[in-house]
Amino acid sequence: MASANGYLREKIRWRALELVFWPATLLPFVVTPDYLSLASQIAITALFALSLDLILGYAGIVSLGHAAYFGTGAYTAGLLAKHYWSEPLAGLLVAGVAAGLVGYATSHIIVRFRHLALIMLTLGIGLLLAEAANSASWLTGGADGLQGIRMSPLLDFKFDLYGKTAYAYSLAVLFLCFLLARRVIHSPFGLALRGIRENAARMPAIGAPSRAHLRKAYTIAAVMAGIAGALLTHTTSTVSLETLSFERSADVLVILILGGAGRLYGGIVGAIIYMVARDQFSGMNPQYWYFWIGLLLITVVMLLPNGILGGLGALYKKSQ
Amino acid sequence: MLGSLAGVLFDGLAYGMLLFLLSVGLSVTLGMMNFVNLAHCSFAMVGGYVSVSLMNRFGWPFLATLPMAFLAAASVSVLLERGLYRRLYRASDLDQCLLTIGIVFVSIAAYAWLYGTEQQAVEGFPPYLRGSLQFMGINLAAYRLFLVLCGFLVTAILVASLEYTRFGAKVRAAVDNQRMARGLGIDVDRTFMLTFALGGGLAGLGGSLAIEMVGLDPGFALAYLVYVLIVVSVGGLGSIGGSFAAAIVLGISDMAGKYYVPWLGAFLIYLVMVGLLMWRPQGLFGKR
Amino acid sequence: MLSTRNLNKSFGSLVVAQDISISVPRGARYALIGPNGAGKTTLINLVTGMLRPDGGKIILGEEDVTALRPDARVKRGLARTFQINALFPQLSALESVVLAVLERKGESKAWWRSLPRYGEAVDEAFSILESLRLGPHCQRLTRELAYGQQRLLEIALALATRPRALLLDEPAAGVPKDESAELFTAISNLSRELTVLFIEHDMDVVFRFASRIIVMVGGRILVEGAPEEIARDERVREVYLGKRRHAFA
Repeated sequence: MASANGYLREKIRWRALELVFWPATLLPFVVTPDYLSLASQIAITALFALSLDLILGYAGIVSLGHAAYFGTGAYTAGLLAKHYWSEPLAGLLVAGVAAGLVGYATSHIIVRFRHLALIMLTLGIGLLLAEAANSASWLTGGADGLQGIRMSPLLDFKFDLYGKTAYAYSLAVLFLCFLLARRVIHSPFGLALRGIRENAARMPAIGAPSRAHLRKAYTIAAVMAGIAGALLTHTTSTVSLETLSFERSADVLVILILGGAGRLYGGIVGAIIYMVARDQFSGMNPQYWYFWIGLLLITVVMLLPNGILGGLGALYKKSQ
Repeated sequence: MLGSLAGVLFDGLAYGMLLFLLSVGLSVTLGMMNFVNLAHCSFAMVGGYVSVSLMNRFGWPFLATLPMAFLAAASVSVLLERGLYRRLYRASDLDQCLLTIGIVFVSIAAYAWLYGTEQQAVEGFPPYLRGSLQFMGINLAAYRLFLVLCGFLVTAILVASLEYTRFGAKVRAAVDNQRMARGLGIDVDRTFMLTFALGGGLAGLGGSLAIEMVGLDPGFALAYLVYVLIVVSVGGLGSIGGSFAAAIVLGISDMAGKYYVPWLGAFLIYLVMVGLLMWRPQGLFGKR
Repeated sequence: MLSTRNLNKSFGSLVVAQDISISVPRGARYALIGPNGAGKTTLINLVTGMLRPDGGKIILGEEDVTALRPDARVKRGLARTFQINALFPQLSALESVVLAVLERKGESKAWWRSLPRYGEAVDEAFSILESLRLGPHCQRLTRELAYGQQRLLEIALALATRPRALLLDEPAAGVPKDESAELFTAISNLSRELTVLFIEHDMDVVFRFASRIIVMVGGRILVEGAPEEIARDERVREVYLGKRRHAFA
């Protein structure tokens, strides 16, 4: 019987590859010091994708409007820093709470629906917030974005031009949130989420309050997305309407699917590939960029249903 | 004030007809196969650009390009259905969404490459559609009147053919209960392909009719997707009457919103949509 | 232990349950039989709360549970299995049962402690699987299990909720005859405290394992009685052997 528990312990053990991966995230400081701003963008995007993974990959909620929480966090952090309090760590916290509140409020709607209605509602709520921010230009700066944010130094480090502080900051927050997400999915609650994803109809028959579980997962994901948004504000000192846009929601979905949903590192791997590729092709007209993304999406859906990580996993299994 | 109200109502009605044409095909195919086709407006774009090309490069009259727009969009949608969609009928919503978003991205880029990103200017638009009529003190743009006529015409043809033809009976059977329809020996796959062609074709027609009213650029596939989805989900899947009603309500409220409370932008529309979906997730006229 | 009073349910003009009153005492093994479309599964859906009755009451122990949601009924000791496997394909057998155990104990809300810390729940899940002879397969993903093993896992999931009353909807559906006897032996070896109501089409199995039989036809109860009485009953013969012979496989 110790074996039953041993098997569960084995499942959540840190793998060698993970122990290599995280120290390797420090390499940009030494190897590509000119690209630290990009590295920090990648870390932020990875965090955003990780938060989507919690609800999509683990709880099976398809969302076309996850940017709503990212943007809420970004604007909260921006407004707070501009008008009241420019110290970043507190801003991070407040932004997380604000996004979490919006997430908790909307979760009551979200968890009652599935299929098309769910997709439409996530899309609708996302568009609703984007339009609200656009209309309330006295507060948000509208299409010009929120300008004139000056961040105080983080602990004692100024946000420098090279993005050293920015990357260290983003990476640290990503890592902490990753630890949290890892904890969550390896907990009884995480198991319940996977149960809902696998068979939502069966859950009540084993006495599970599915909706309460989903609300909680949705709120946790919203907090994380809000923190990611706040990181973007802190490291770039501006907030634009783009943080709330459908494009951002679609991008993060693409990134997660590309990497592989429901596998914890899917969002991170997807973010690295996507952001590096976009940087390499930055001279390209964004519309052509989306041509390749579209083609990639079609290919992934038709040929690689579990994303890049899933494909690699299958290859690895075959080779054994 | 009253005059402007009537004007807004009329413009909204015309706009609603356009939205109906764009979305009715999606409503039927979604109701039938439960396939979340986010690329529906890309089909509309196919129709739109076919019309533009025929008029600008080959000097075709506008009206003559409409059937071609229908045919072109119908063929493209059949190609995609055979090649890609049918393999994902049993896949998850997510996979269907992703595939079709992919197609949207590709179509946007393809048209940007072929035609550039600017709004298409149409030469040789018939003058009799450019003028306007005075009716009881209201200024009725001829083109919008034409749109309303088209809308009613298409609705009449659709309803008649779905109600009174054999093909229509098959479609209705397949929408109602796909398994039962298969059991009755109806070739659901073929029925679906034809319906899909019809839906795509109607979108193409809508796309080419849209040029004069809302313009055409590669962003069309995404910009109008939201409206089409609203019409379909609010109207109820597979319900032509529902789509018709939802499209008109949406068209009028969007026009009225833009006219009376422009600072709210599209906020009002989205709010109404979220509210309606929460109230009736099956749509106003939906059964399931 | 488990009873219903005058349950009614119809979909439009189709009456699927009409005036159904049953009463299953503690520890009894009741079989629910009847031709296809008689409303057997509907009755289970009504009792477990997957469907809402138009009228009538459902009583578990002393408590009226008619207004409770399905998960709340499970919490009070009313579990069921499904005629068509309703499992968690990508979870291992052990994980599935651990999940059900944790839900029962109210520990599934914890999101900060890792799963292996719940040793007791894991042990319990394992012993349930072992009692159904699934122990050696517990680490395999559900979708990789043989069909018969999946049927057993259905029961394991229900047992993990520690039911007082267990409703089995054709537990042996699709299982070859020899395996189905084995499956029912496992069911009859369940605790004598547990109240069981099962739907089954195989008359051999029904007469062997049921202490009492309820016959349903067309949404109502035709007759209820001990196996010998049912075997002799003219009306039952008529339903099964008479004009509706084809309905009974």
